[in-house]
Amino acid sequence: MADKIKVATTSLAGCFGCHMSFLDIDERILDLAQIAEFDRSPLTDIKQCSDHVDIGLVEGGLCNSENVHTLREFRKSCKILVAVGACAINGGLPAMRNHIPLEECLEESYLDAVGVENPQIPNDVELPLLLNKVHPIHEVVKVDYFLPGCPPSADVFWKFLTDLASGREPSLPYELVHYD
Amino acid sequence: MTAHTITIDGQQVPFIEGQTIIEAATAAGVYIPHLCHNPEFTPHGSCKLCTVKVNGRNCSACTFPAVDGQEVLNDTEELNETRRAITQMLFVEGNHFCPSCEKSGNCQLQAVGYFLNMLDAHFPFFYPSREVDASHPEVMLDRDRCILCELCVRASRDVDGKNVFALSGRGIHTHLIVNSTSGKLADTEISVDDKAVHVCPVGAILVKRTGFEVPIGQRIYDHQDISEVSLAMEESVAGESHGG
Repeated sequence: MADKIKVATTSLAGCFGCHMSFLDIDERILDLAQIAEFDRSPLTDIKQCSDHVDIGLVEGGLCNSENVHTLREFRKSCKILVAVGACAINGGLPAMRNHIPLEECLEESYLDAVGVENPQIPNDVELPLLLNKVHPIHEVVKVDYFLPGCPPSADVFWKFLTDLASGREPSLPYELVHYD
Repeated sequence: MTAHTITIDGQQVPFIEGQTIIEAATAAGVYIPHLCHNPEFTPHGSCKLCTVKVNGRNCSACTFPAVDGQEVLNDTEELNETRRAITQMLFVEGNHFCPSCEKSGNCQLQAVGYFLNMLDAHFPFFYPSREVDASHPEVMLDRDRCILCELCVRASRDVDGKNVFALSGRGIHTHLIVNSTSGKLADTEISVDDKAVHVCPVGAILVKRTGFEVPIGQRIYDHQDISEVSLAMEESVAGESHGG
């Protein structure tokens, strides 16, 4: 095959669990490597997307300004953008802070929590600013496909990618659709 | 039994005078998606998931009486699209975080989402702030997951005779309240054996210390979709009509 499908992946406000689950395709990754190559991804440690990426897999929601920046880069570079996992789709566990004011969250974590030494709220210029609320990615960019699950199982990734690679409209059977 | 019939998606479905469309459908083994409807209780007609087309007009199958010769459309792409949008709206209006919910795998809202192949919520999330009531020693009330179906209200009033729950407010401000002077469950007569505690289709009312007892893979909707489960559970009850 002359041109391999370019796949980029990232984890925004996620736990990398979706990436771990993706790797659970086990030896099928060898078949995948025949037709696809990884572009920007924690798996390659490439830091920027190429200009033309075919599939962008985005794990995690948006909790800070850097997440928004990365998501916009993915949308710009990727022909097909995929929200992977509960956090990308509905904010997930990080969004459970949404009913608590951000200031209170920071105070609880860095000032008032049991066992905190040298209490101070981190404020380095290098640190991305936190958003007031955690958001799913479809609230900021157009998302083409959604793979629910916490995490989506390896079979979900496999079914989705093989459907796309074969030119079929991706579809998930009942057993593969889970929100947990 | 007189030979009254309606058609649902072209299939002849018999009914008994006084039955609603959903009661006739269920008795005939035809699943119509629903959440606020439970054949043991008086219809409520609030969730609108059971919307069907009756002679060309949208009606709630749980409240609409079956009438001889009705042509009902149920399992159509258009109606299922509408139901998916309704389910998505239910998800964004509350705080439904399935991975951390004890009801996951046994939840009817989630199961309806699976049945309709709902993969995302489409709409922006509201992330409302709702009060959790953990005051009772055995029963937990997490309003984040409440879909305002009033099944607990109906069960507590009509079966338990305790009238513990009610809905208050209007429109988007509608919320579940507890009928005690403190507004807390601990100050009501509710007990763990009450029908109201076990009728919740979502994870809003839970029995404490029973969470995650059933492992993943053995939960109600892990291998069976809600149409199969619902028909198996409700077909027998559907025979006894509640009348208009």
